[in-house]
Amino acid sequence: MAAPLPEPERLLEALVTQMQPATGPDAGLVGIYTGGAWVAERLHRALGVKVPLGLLAVTLHRDDFGRIGLHREARRSHLPFEVEGRDIVLVDDVLHTGRTIRAAINELWDFGRPRSVRLAVLADRGGRQLPIAPDFTGAFVEMDPGEELVLTNEGGRLRLAAVRRPA
Amino acid sequence: MSPNLQIDSQGRLVHLLTTEGLPRELINHILDTAAQFVSVNEREVKKVPLLRGKSIFNVFFENSTRTRTTFEIAAKRLSADVINLNIGSSSTAKGETLLDTVWNLQAMDADMFVVRHAEAGAPHLIARHVKPGVHVVNAGDGRHAHPTQGLLDMYTIRHYKKDFDRLTVAIVGDVLHSRVARSQIHALKTLGVPEVRVVGPKTLLPKDIERLGVRVFHDVAQGLRDCDVVITLRLQNERMSGPLIPSAGEFNKTYGLTPEKLALARPDAIVMHPGPINRGVEIDSGVADGTHSVIMPQVTFGIAVRMAVMAILAGND
Repeated sequence: MAAPLPEPERLLEALVTQMQPATGPDAGLVGIYTGGAWVAERLHRALGVKVPLGLLAVTLHRDDFGRIGLHREARRSHLPFEVEGRDIVLVDDVLHTGRTIRAAINELWDFGRPRSVRLAVLADRGGRQLPIAPDFTGAFVEMDPGEELVLTNEGGRLRLAAVRRPA
Repeated sequence: MSPNLQIDSQGRLVHLLTTEGLPRELINHILDTAAQFVSVNEREVKKVPLLRGKSIFNVFFENSTRTRTTFEIAAKRLSADVINLNIGSSSTAKGETLLDTVWNLQAMDADMFVVRHAEAGAPHLIARHVKPGVHVVNAGDGRHAHPTQGLLDMYTIRHYKKDFDRLTVAIVGDVLHSRVARSQIHALKTLGVPEVRVVGPKTLLPKDIERLGVRVFHDVAQGLRDCDVVITLRLQNERMSGPLIPSAGEFNKTYGLTPEKLALARPDAIVMHPGPINRGVEIDSGVADGTHSVIMPQVTFGIAVRMAVMAILAGND
């Protein structure tokens, strides 16, 4: 039996501590749908960032489109600030293969050319398939390769759960 | 013509040939997907990589620069390679049959055909003979169907009116020659519009059009009264073989959409037209360029709807 999963509230606190000194007043926080958006909203509030929160949908840049097709996606990228020349912090819930982050970076570039992009994740579960590393990490969580680490949100209460991947 | 040719056993769209029999769920899927592409088209970089490496052949056996251009832009914004062929002027003149042309293009590794043809049913014939994984989009066949136009019209109506279930929609003018009107009527009925009217002279309305579930009006004042959406149609002089109307001027007087006639519709009515418009014939300039007109947004939405159709088809290999 693996160790119990960490409490997201604690991980958020850890992220805020790491990000506070490293994030300038003009930095743009950008959450990746869906879980990353929840985390980004919380960070945005806790850090008191003045630039409005950005949100990214990565469907159009996914690399598995040819296999799974296009599913209905009501969410759209919304970046209510100038991306060009800005320092951006991408926020996601769980970092795994790195493919979502690759897609998010591509999506971001469709809006302009940022000065820099850093990555904040609530949990890093390892298993990278791309040369991507987080700049801010809530915690490293050891997972069984057959399991997904997912973030759920029940009325604002965030929770991490391990879900067995369908065969 | 089996409408089910376009849907596979799992209910997925594999060709888009007609809006007739297209399930509501699939229409909504296309419209929702198009909404994503509308936002892509507002970005600095209006391109996504979904169809990278795919070859789309625009095969136009009947000329249409406008429609071909919108399909071309849509495909390019999806990063597909686009090849335009105006067959009317080449192979068929040398005696090659429709299917020979298609098989040749298929041998060049086409992934999708966008087909316009003067004969109703030509895209269906092609869809029946292409390899699995090759998709066909009907870009207008004879008087039969023009589904992407019908769908972009639905997108436009939904954009301005939100819901379909309380609307009165009038389609005015040359319904007889209009594949657009047929595609609109099927989609409007499927989406649950309670009142779809066709308004025009007897000579320009198909016999038995009531069977599609529309109300027929020959009197334009009655037909337009309290409408939420007024769709004007191009008077297709080029398709008329005999004297169906006295003259374009006479048609304008009776059925042309003027500000006075439009005043009979609801104050917040929108005016649509599939283009290209004949100013001063089916629609006055004052209306076409007026505050009720959504003719230019139709063109813009048309790109996004065609992107959605192509992306959905390519995703259903």
